[in-house]
Amino acid sequence: MDSSRRRVLQLLGLSSLALTARPVLNAVAAGGGGDENPAPVIKPNDKALTAKQWAMVIDTRQFESVDDVEPLVEACDSIHNVPHFQNKRHEIKWIWEAHYHNAFPGKAARFMSEEVEHRPFVVLCNHCENPPCVRACPTKATFKRESDGIVLMDFHRCIGCRFCMAACPFGARSFNYRDPRPFIKEVNKKFPTRMKGVVEKCNFCAERLAEGRLPACVEASEGKLIFGDLYDPKSEVRELIRTNYTIRRKQVLGTEPAVYYIV
Amino acid sequence: MKDKKFIISGVIVFLILATFPFWYNRGKAAPAPEVELTAKAKAAKVCVRSTDYMKAEHMQLLDVWRDSVVRRGDRIYVSPSGQEYNMSLSNTCLDCHSNKAEFCDRCHNYASVRPYCWDCHIDNPKENS
Repeated sequence: MDSSRRRVLQLLGLSSLALTARPVLNAVAAGGGGDENPAPVIKPNDKALTAKQWAMVIDTRQFESVDDVEPLVEACDSIHNVPHFQNKRHEIKWIWEAHYHNAFPGKAARFMSEEVEHRPFVVLCNHCENPPCVRACPTKATFKRESDGIVLMDFHRCIGCRFCMAACPFGARSFNYRDPRPFIKEVNKKFPTRMKGVVEKCNFCAERLAEGRLPACVEASEGKLIFGDLYDPKSEVRELIRTNYTIRRKQVLGTEPAVYYIV
Repeated sequence: MKDKKFIISGVIVFLILATFPFWYNRGKAAPAPEVELTAKAKAAKVCVRSTDYMKAEHMQLLDVWRDSVVRRGDRIYVSPSGQEYNMSLSNTCLDCHSNKAEFCDRCHNYASVRPYCWDCHIDNPKENS
């Protein structure tokens, strides 16, 4: 009786020791395999442009007709594979032209300058500092990037609920009601398309900034659009905002848009 | 125990039916697919990691790449061999492996997985241009 109890206790002790030894052995086996010695490193591109909060100043004084806006839209659409649907209800918009009354509702004075009223206004996602779309997204597919303030989308994660579209006061988001591929005039193979059932919008050309290039619309605008860091007091955008009277879209809503308009 | 013979024959019928797929397909296992490399991939000799790692773990690697690129904007991958790669499925992976049908699809079909990468990422940067 005595010896069998002792035996059982010995076995229990040994087996518990064996259980704790197992993970150690596994770790040694995995580590000792000499798989690939230096671990891979992930780092940002040295050429990447960085900022605390990217912002854009649009000098609307330099826009006379829709012809001034079209190259900008074209540059964006061709780079980002934005489809062109005949049906207005399916339209996908990243950057587009809007009338003063639609861009700045409530800001039109009676008998206001006709020249200003009939200017084409370039509108796009405002990359708000307090973005309502991000709060609405149930999957965190859309998020405000900590590093540079861009309101970005992870299309992999978008479930197409369209809460963000309801939340955005600027109509800057579009939904792919149909597979967009057949409606892309010329596919840019360096940039993915989207699929049916996801929302999309302007990404402030995050993929170009990562390579040290300015957004496509800024490049195509020949100085009508100015891009820079809102929190760098020496940046060109800050200089323009300081020295010119600028307005922002629906500022009263408190979303703090990062796109400023010189009127 | 009067129903013994019914029970036993029932069990036998059940066993035969349940194991039917196994013995019916015995010896007819589909051969593992051979993937073809493009000239560019052959010339490069090494992928971003070892072939064995890529075979087993490329989906995890792509998952890490996606999160890094989309969420943090860090786009440079320094492989264990010290070479730097742009972390991009469209521009790096599919640039070398531009033969989806002979490379990606063969294994995916064999493993019966249907990844939806190509719903958005353009499968062949060189073809149809």
